[in-house]
Amino acid sequence: MPAVSKGDGMRGLAVFISDIRNCKSKEAEIKRINKELANIRSKFKGDKALDGYSKKKYVCKLLFIFLLGHDIDFGHMEAVNLLSSNKYTEKQIGYLFISVLVNSNSELIRLINNAIKNDLSSRNPTFMCLALHCIANVGSREMAEAFAGEIPRILVAGDTMDSVKQSAALCLLRLYKTSPDLVLMGEWTSRVVHLLNDQHMGVVTAAISLITCLSQKNPDEFKTCVSLAVSRLSRIVSSASTDLQDYTYYFVPAPWLSCKLLRLLQCYPPPEDGAVKGRLVECLETILNKAQEPPKSKKVQHSNAKNAILFEAISLIIHYDSEPNLLVRACNQLGQFLQHRETNLRYLALESMCTLASSEFSHEAVKTHIETVINALKTERDVSVRQRAADLLYAMCDRSNAKQIVAEMLSYLETADYSIREEMVLKVAILAEKYAVDYSWYVDTILNLIRIAGDYVSEEVWYRVIQIVINRDDVQGYAAKTVFEALQAPACHENMVKVGGYILGEFGNLIAGDPRSSPLVQFNLLHSKFHLCSVPTRALLLSAYIKFINLFPETKSTIQEVLRSDSQIRNSDVELQQRAVEYLKLSSIASTDVLATVLEEMPPFPERESSILAKLKKKKGPGAVSNHLLKTRKACLTDIKGISTPSPSADLLGLRAGPPVTAAAPSAGSLLVDVFSEAGVNDDGFLRFVCKNNGVLFENQLLQIGIKSEYRQNLGRMYLFYGNKTSVQFVTFTTTLNVQAKPVEPLIEGGAQVQQVINIECLTDFSDAPLLNIKFRYGGALQNLTLKLPVTINKFFQPTEMASHDFFQRWKQLSLPQQEAQKIFKANHAMDTEVLKAKLLGLGMALLENVDPNPENFVCAGVIQTKAQQVGSLLRLEPNAQAQMYRLTVRSSKDTVSKRLCELLAEQF
Amino acid sequence: MQFMLLFSRQGKLRLQKWYVPLSDKEKKKITRELVQTVLARKPKMCSFLEWRDLKIVYKRYASLYFCCAIEDQDNELITLEIIHRYVELLDKYFGSVCELDIIFNFEKAYFILDEFLLGGEAQETSKKNVLKAIEQADLLQEDAKEAETPRSVLEEIGLT
Repeated sequence: MPAVSKGDGMRGLAVFISDIRNCKSKEAEIKRINKELANIRSKFKGDKALDGYSKKKYVCKLLFIFLLGHDIDFGHMEAVNLLSSNKYTEKQIGYLFISVLVNSNSELIRLINNAIKNDLSSRNPTFMCLALHCIANVGSREMAEAFAGEIPRILVAGDTMDSVKQSAALCLLRLYKTSPDLVLMGEWTSRVVHLLNDQHMGVVTAAISLITCLSQKNPDEFKTCVSLAVSRLSRIVSSASTDLQDYTYYFVPAPWLSCKLLRLLQCYPPPEDGAVKGRLVECLETILNKAQEPPKSKKVQHSNAKNAILFEAISLIIHYDSEPNLLVRACNQLGQFLQHRETNLRYLALESMCTLASSEFSHEAVKTHIETVINALKTERDVSVRQRAADLLYAMCDRSNAKQIVAEMLSYLETADYSIREEMVLKVAILAEKYAVDYSWYVDTILNLIRIAGDYVSEEVWYRVIQIVINRDDVQGYAAKTVFEALQAPACHENMVKVGGYILGEFGNLIAGDPRSSPLVQFNLLHSKFHLCSVPTRALLLSAYIKFINLFPETKSTIQEVLRSDSQIRNSDVELQQRAVEYLKLSSIASTDVLATVLEEMPPFPERESSILAKLKKKKGPGAVSNHLLKTRKACLTDIKGISTPSPSADLLGLRAGPPVTAAAPSAGSLLVDVFSEAGVNDDGFLRFVCKNNGVLFENQLLQIGIKSEYRQNLGRMYLFYGNKTSVQFVTFTTTLNVQAKPVEPLIEGGAQVQQVINIECLTDFSDAPLLNIKFRYGGALQNLTLKLPVTINKFFQPTEMASHDFFQRWKQLSLPQQEAQKIFKANHAMDTEVLKAKLLGLGMALLENVDPNPENFVCAGVIQTKAQQVGSLLRLEPNAQAQMYRLTVRSSKDTVSKRLCELLAEQF
Repeated sequence: MQFMLLFSRQGKLRLQKWYVPLSDKEKKKITRELVQTVLARKPKMCSFLEWRDLKIVYKRYASLYFCCAIEDQDNELITLEIIHRYVELLDKYFGSVCELDIIFNFEKAYFILDEFLLGGEAQETSKKNVLKAIEQADLLQEDAKEAETPRSVLEEIGLT
């Protein structure tokens, strides 16, 4: 068939396209386009009514111009006119134009929706399909509002043609994805599941995508699909390659449908019904067996289709993670692919093995391929394949092979592509720490990291090595010796100078006995780097110098001279100047004892708080915020139990519970789980906010979350600041509140901060804090984090001043046993009156003076404001300095409030 | 699937299909970035790459690159065969398709794609059924054409 003979051949269009192609320059093209636009505009505006053909032709030209990348701001009305043409070809072009150039003009939308409505009810299957395609292509909320009710009816009606059913299923899927709230489940849902049994393979292929998506959101309602999917899969897998006629693709029966079936099954746990499960295991075995059979065709399409099913089956096996036999077989199969001549297969095998490595059943089997993977890292010519190999090495790493893997990754780093270095550095640092048996190896590894890829070593990494050296005295001497040696290199990375300065300042004395590293030699070595360094490093070095004066009195005069020099004491940088002045003064006037106390060795860092230091040094409060990233969202904090029993305001504030908040279990694909923070719901941060409103809620290597909040009456507003501490983008950044979810800016640039505002209304008293789930991707790895938002009942306190007499009268009125809650507990902090007062004020109640006969005791009064009611509360705190104990008594008009306040406060003192 | 792009070796976009709502600006940015990335890759490299949080699957047929963006859970190999099946459909319809066919009959390329993929999912994988749907439409077109009034000579030679 010659090319242009097809269809109606709009000649004017073909000529126009040729003209454009013949344009020698961009300018000429723009000129030709402008001429055409002027022509079309005059035709559309002209007095003469255009016939359908002309209209179609001009609309098509506009579409072509738009697809070339030019703006089109007219022609929509003519396109809409074409929709109501009864000539198929005109209608088709009209729909295409509307699908590509969606316009939010409401008058137009009304007209478009009318045309679609007419076609949907036309009972002409070709027209119906066109209309459904348009809805699926546009997928806007307006269309969902207009058609989300109608399409399910078309989908399950007995007399609907197969082709219409197919379009209806996928059209509904698109609407469900964009506006899930508008697609209501109903009587049709059970009938949709049965489309899995449909005679027509095309109908099943289309419907299963819809069913999979719906199952993910409503697993219970759709669980009957499991057995249907298994029997359909079983029929396909066992069919001969010709049984399915046109649905057989290069001798592979229904590969697309098979993949979709296997994908659907991944929405569910293994089938409980023994027979169904047996049948499924049989299918999976058959698929694995077929991989070993000789190919039925040499065409790559045959092997791709066959392997697509195989990989999907392996994903399902990994998802179940319960059949050791299948897992090991899967691993062996992937092992074969690791050396396949097709790059695509090697890539996918490496990727798939990463997830197998995290299963206890197949971890060992994966490890046997270590040499092949290392070889891939060294020899693959495609960086994306090497990246997969590095990921797999990271995933298969454990104590037994850590040294080998870390060494290989380090040597790969020397030549690694710039795009992946930071991630590699982080991975090496994590592995080195996680599997360090002897810490000298750990120190060597990190110093090597700095040597090889210093620019990519983030603060957290070198802070961490210092923390570990400080916390482990068995490695301090070794660390001092090693950094000293490393600093000998004529050109060393600034990060090395930082680590060197810090460690020698603390532990230089451990190597000072050797004349080759005597105090003065150490000092001169450090100082020789000083002038090449940036201000922060110089500041660090100055602190190292004053520590030297304490460690080695014999260096005092030399160092004082350096401090006294104009370049220090008159330095234009305030920080450097201040340090020089203060250190000089300190070293001159303080006695040795004072000096020794001030400059004492750093105390050990609290375990597992690797980022504290980072926080101290950075002091990067949640201040600077880019306004354009501001997102507002309303969340309603009712009593959390109220989620299932909506209160009257529920519809306004949207009480639909978001996706269930589960503990942040590291998913199979999450490689860079933060090893420094606990998995699960993190509530250390939470308790720190009972008596204050602002601060850092959470921090790890990647992310810092700051909070500012303010409360008045029963309302509050909370600002969350998400700071990206890396230099790499976080993508698909989402936060989910278990009360209500609305998307936040999905992308955080490296080093940037995004702000989110949450408006809070307290409807009635509550005990559980709302959970905030944060998910994002960093360098390809999924990060998942669940935090308790520090919203506690005491935030809604209004302080109440009252005299002694009133206080005791009310105290007595609240005398029912359940109205009182009491706790006796040990002091966690120093029993400082002023600190206690500050905390109680932070709690939000009024601190009443001269009420309690014992001046040591504290009494407070306040009213908790909720929408439903006000809850008066009284509090008495009795410190016992001798026993280092407190007795806390809370009385409120509501028992749950007393109890909750008591629990919260018992952790604060 | 989130989108499909067809572009030439020179980086000219020949077809774009978006299955997620994005602004025109974003679409242009994505296209520019991806065309650049894919064209920079050497022939023997693998057909998959990670890009932002998506997986890109691409394949070159003569002077044209076919490039799909799929999500994390999606199957790369079957996407590669989606591309191949689409090429087969174009080939069958146009009769050994070439880039020019897609340039001059871009609307047909879109219609065929809509019959095959809808909302980013495979709607009908049988080659026969897809072509049947398109040919039926062409037949309707022919009928309609016969009924049309003769057009002016000027227009026949494309001067309007």
